[in-house]
Amino acid sequence: MSKSSFYTSVGYKILMALSGLFLMVFLVQHLTINMLSVISPDTFNEASHFMGTNPLVQFLLQPVLMFAVIFHFVMGFVLELKNRNARSVDYAFKNPSTSSSWMSRNMIISGLTVLAFLVLHFVDFWIPEINTKYVLGDMTGLMADGNYRYFHELRHEFQSLPRVIAYVVAFIFLALHLQHGFKSSFQSVGLTNGNKRLALLKFGNLFAIVVPLGFVVVALFHFLTQSH
Amino acid sequence: MGKLNSGVPEGELKNKWVNYKDNIDLVNPANKRNIDVIVVGTGLAGGSASATLAELGYNVKTFCYQDSPRRAHSIAAQGGINAAKNYQGDGDSTYRLFYDTIKGGDYRSREANVYRLAEVSTNIIDQCVAQGVPFARDYGGLLDNRSFGGVLVSRTFYAKGQTGQQLLLGAYSAMNRQIARGKIKMYNRHEMLDVVVVDGKARGIIARNLTTGEIERHSAHAVVLASGGYGNVYFLSTNAMGSNVTAAWKAHKKGAYFANPCYTQIHPTCIPRSGEYQSKLTLMSESLRNDGRIWVPKKKEDVEALRNGTLKAINIKEEDRDYYLERRYPAFGNLVPRDVASRAAKERCDAGFGVNQTGEAVFLDFSSAIMRYGKEQALLKGLDENDASLVKKLGQDIVKAKYGNLFQMYEKIVDENPYETPMMIYPAVHYTMGGIWVDYNLMTSVPGLYAIGEANFSDHGANRLGASALMQGLADGYFVLPYTIGDYLSDDIRTGPISTDTKEFDEAEQQVKEQLNNLVNNKGKHSVDYYHKKLGKIMWDECGMARTEEGLKKAIQDIKSLRDDFWKNVNVPGGINEMNKELEKAGRVADFLELGELFAKDALERNESCGGHFREEYATPEGEAKRNDKDYTYVAAWEYKGEPADAVLHKEELNFENIEVKERSYK
Amino acid sequence: MNLKLKIWRQKDANDKGSMVDYDIQNVSEHMSFLEMLDVLNEELIEKGDDPVAFDHDCREGICGMCSLYINGEAHGPDRMVTTCQLHMRKFKDGDTIYIEPFRANAFPVVKDLVVDRSSFDRIQHAGGYISVNTSGNTQDANAIPIPKDDADLAFDAATCIGCGACVASCKNSSAMLFVSAKVSQFALLPQGQVEAKDRVTNMVNKMDEEGFGNCTNTGACEVQCPKGISLDNISRMNREFLSANLKKS
Repeated sequence: MSKSSFYTSVGYKILMALSGLFLMVFLVQHLTINMLSVISPDTFNEASHFMGTNPLVQFLLQPVLMFAVIFHFVMGFVLELKNRNARSVDYAFKNPSTSSSWMSRNMIISGLTVLAFLVLHFVDFWIPEINTKYVLGDMTGLMADGNYRYFHELRHEFQSLPRVIAYVVAFIFLALHLQHGFKSSFQSVGLTNGNKRLALLKFGNLFAIVVPLGFVVVALFHFLTQSH
Repeated sequence: MGKLNSGVPEGELKNKWVNYKDNIDLVNPANKRNIDVIVVGTGLAGGSASATLAELGYNVKTFCYQDSPRRAHSIAAQGGINAAKNYQGDGDSTYRLFYDTIKGGDYRSREANVYRLAEVSTNIIDQCVAQGVPFARDYGGLLDNRSFGGVLVSRTFYAKGQTGQQLLLGAYSAMNRQIARGKIKMYNRHEMLDVVVVDGKARGIIARNLTTGEIERHSAHAVVLASGGYGNVYFLSTNAMGSNVTAAWKAHKKGAYFANPCYTQIHPTCIPRSGEYQSKLTLMSESLRNDGRIWVPKKKEDVEALRNGTLKAINIKEEDRDYYLERRYPAFGNLVPRDVASRAAKERCDAGFGVNQTGEAVFLDFSSAIMRYGKEQALLKGLDENDASLVKKLGQDIVKAKYGNLFQMYEKIVDENPYETPMMIYPAVHYTMGGIWVDYNLMTSVPGLYAIGEANFSDHGANRLGASALMQGLADGYFVLPYTIGDYLSDDIRTGPISTDTKEFDEAEQQVKEQLNNLVNNKGKHSVDYYHKKLGKIMWDECGMARTEEGLKKAIQDIKSLRDDFWKNVNVPGGINEMNKELEKAGRVADFLELGELFAKDALERNESCGGHFREEYATPEGEAKRNDKDYTYVAAWEYKGEPADAVLHKEELNFENIEVKERSYK
Repeated sequence: MNLKLKIWRQKDANDKGSMVDYDIQNVSEHMSFLEMLDVLNEELIEKGDDPVAFDHDCREGICGMCSLYINGEAHGPDRMVTTCQLHMRKFKDGDTIYIEPFRANAFPVVKDLVVDRSSFDRIQHAGGYISVNTSGNTQDANAIPIPKDDADLAFDAATCIGCGACVASCKNSSAMLFVSAKVSQFALLPQGQVEAKDRVTNMVNKMDEEGFGNCTNTGACEVQCPKGISLDNISRMNREFLSANLKKS
């Protein structure tokens, strides 16, 4: 893309969509590994260790992911502000629900909720993880007893009821975000037309429910299967 | 009474335009840059002329009263545009289009102009396709055609029911290209309020900026009026609310002759009026008459029952229905020309057979067409053609595909489902064939002042055929005016810029301001619409589908006294130096009040019936129009002399050398 | 029926403006919405008040001049109609009706309910045309067959009336539906291919420059569009934009 056209509303929109699509792929991958924790703690541990120590994942995919997350949020904010400024005198009476969904109009709210959760998630998992691996230099992924620590840590996080509630709420908002975001990203890169759009819409709705539900199921499974 | 010179070139009809183009003076490209042209109006004629003149290199200033040139009322034309392409191979030709147009106009148009129109018609289609106008196509990817009233070939190109819109957007896009290049300076929300004549030549206009109220002077080497027709003199018409005669009338007052004002087209298929508050009438395309059958009940008691709601149209038996067009005109049936169809509807309603509360409506019925198409579909698809409800369903689908948008429009307005119950229609004022007199060059009787499109009188005689208005507007703007205006402007290459700082501009501006001041300072009792509605009623009653000597004389008196009352008692709120929609309307109605009187005077003078002008005294025993070719084969061009009553008649004799003048029969 | 109207009144572009209440009696259900306003204006003139200024012209839903935001919806509660085609039978006796101008910074209010939509014209100047001379000396209209489906889709896009309902109903005041309709019309036709890349880029740039917001695919424009212009057009424009700029660089 040439530089001048990159800085246009359609250019931004396409980048929003591409970062969104990337994040959705990441979600699927993340969910797959999480699901392993329900099926087989050992497989989960191995997969986690691989993801946590493979240089390609750690030094290429992880920064890309970080960048995508930051880009998606910053751009989302910037566009939201810009869009609000496009109408400085607002209507006295609005009736938006007749023509668009709550989800589509409130991506900023669902997005912010997910962001808040991400902060929590970072504090819970990611910062200790970085600390262990790169500050303390322990790349073994093992606990004192010689077992992998990943499954244990996961169980530990889902012991607390407030945390599980926060987790569930966040994923409800993620579902709302995805309900619009999925089809929207395909529309933004121009991959939708007529019947294809309707089919995508259906698949998007399914995706928006199944993926967050998967995360919630994992959380609830671990919460319910251990003593408090 | 003087004689008028139309300036039609010598030679054989077929070669006139070609030879003429070969011999006119041209302006070289470098000189065109020093010449300014003003165009008033951005419909098909004004838009296409602006674009073409700018492309040739002239500096064009274009004015429209709407907020964008794309909104001119050409946009509302539905059915299509004629062109003698003969893509259908049904025997069409330039001559046949010429012949149909002359005959349709009841032998009251100028042969050479009409032939030229037919000649350039094919270029229009090529041009529009190149511009990206999405005409309807068949499955082979080639252009499709449909048939319209008063002709026996299929030569009408169309884009569903929005042909005018698509053509106008084509012209608008051509304008946009020139606006982007800086060759057209566009003045939106500006209304022309006078022409400025300097040394006998049109050299500019006075315009009001409708946003700020400011009065502006604009000069040019030539002025082109493309301001449309004056159907709104009737108050209720299918014209846009803002369509007006002001530009044309001001030109008339500055010396442009006004020709045949009484030739008005009343379109047969419009939605009937529903109440006093009604602001405009809505037309539904003539194409509906391809499949719809028009009828009223045969029995008066059925009419009564319909009106008081005890009987429904669908319950009236076939033998109790009077398909009066099929009865009276077996050859053309429901596809007779517009004037004939309208008068026939009026005749039935006047006889007491009108089917709604106001007594002014007839049925347009698609049930036969639905069943016919349904049977055809059932056969094609191998289904049971005796299953009435299946056949109906299949038929409705076909009708929906052909006329869906019109049916939807009807349903939105009337709140009845036209697939189940017949539509109600009634004629309404639609188009004015009369207008500013122009010669072969489209120049008015004021040198340097041109009139194109519906604003002029030239091509449609006393009645216009369907799908010919779009053809004429674009022909004038794209292919005729840009040549002929060069012949005039070639004398102006050394003139230099025209100053607006002259006494002629001073005077014109002064007059405009005086009139505006009078209107806002009057503080009378009645609103502008009050007068407009009264004028409309007089026009409809006395100058409508049927006119009489007595009625016209009464109309002349009534309009004059209404005009006097208007200037005494009109109330225009607000001021001059602001956006003031009432003031805009007031100026327009003031001009309609003068035009209306000239209209009646012209109708009174023309002691014959022809096309859209029907005088009850001049009819055959069967009630058909009776022309008087011996005494009235001329264009009546009126010269302004202070009051409409004092207007002086100039005659342009019409000679028909290439067509035999016959009784116009559609039986 | 009797109605309470709350109408935006603003003397001129510089005035602050406010909502003003009016009562109107004996409204017939067969009236169009604008005829109802005509009646109100007649009453105001009678009383010596300033009538409400609103844009309108053809009153048959094609010129695109009428533009009201009625009870929170562009062109009011009915679908596939402009304000001039909206009938009072859509309202009930005793209703309160909010009547506001189309709002967007790119559509500044001129007076009362009248807004300036010349930004739409300027976007068209940036590329809403095919560069062909109007000489008529082009090739024969049937020289290039165009598949009926493409011609029909181009027509559907071309039926946009430029009223601005898409902008008015978009929470971001985005003009994407309008711009994409024009881009699509030409993109679907062979005549439009030659300039396709520049067209989409230039029109999008101009749209941004005029101060319209960004599209977030809420779809409100498609619902409120009186001509039913499809979101497919926006998708097509995004595709055109992407391919134009990928190929260019």
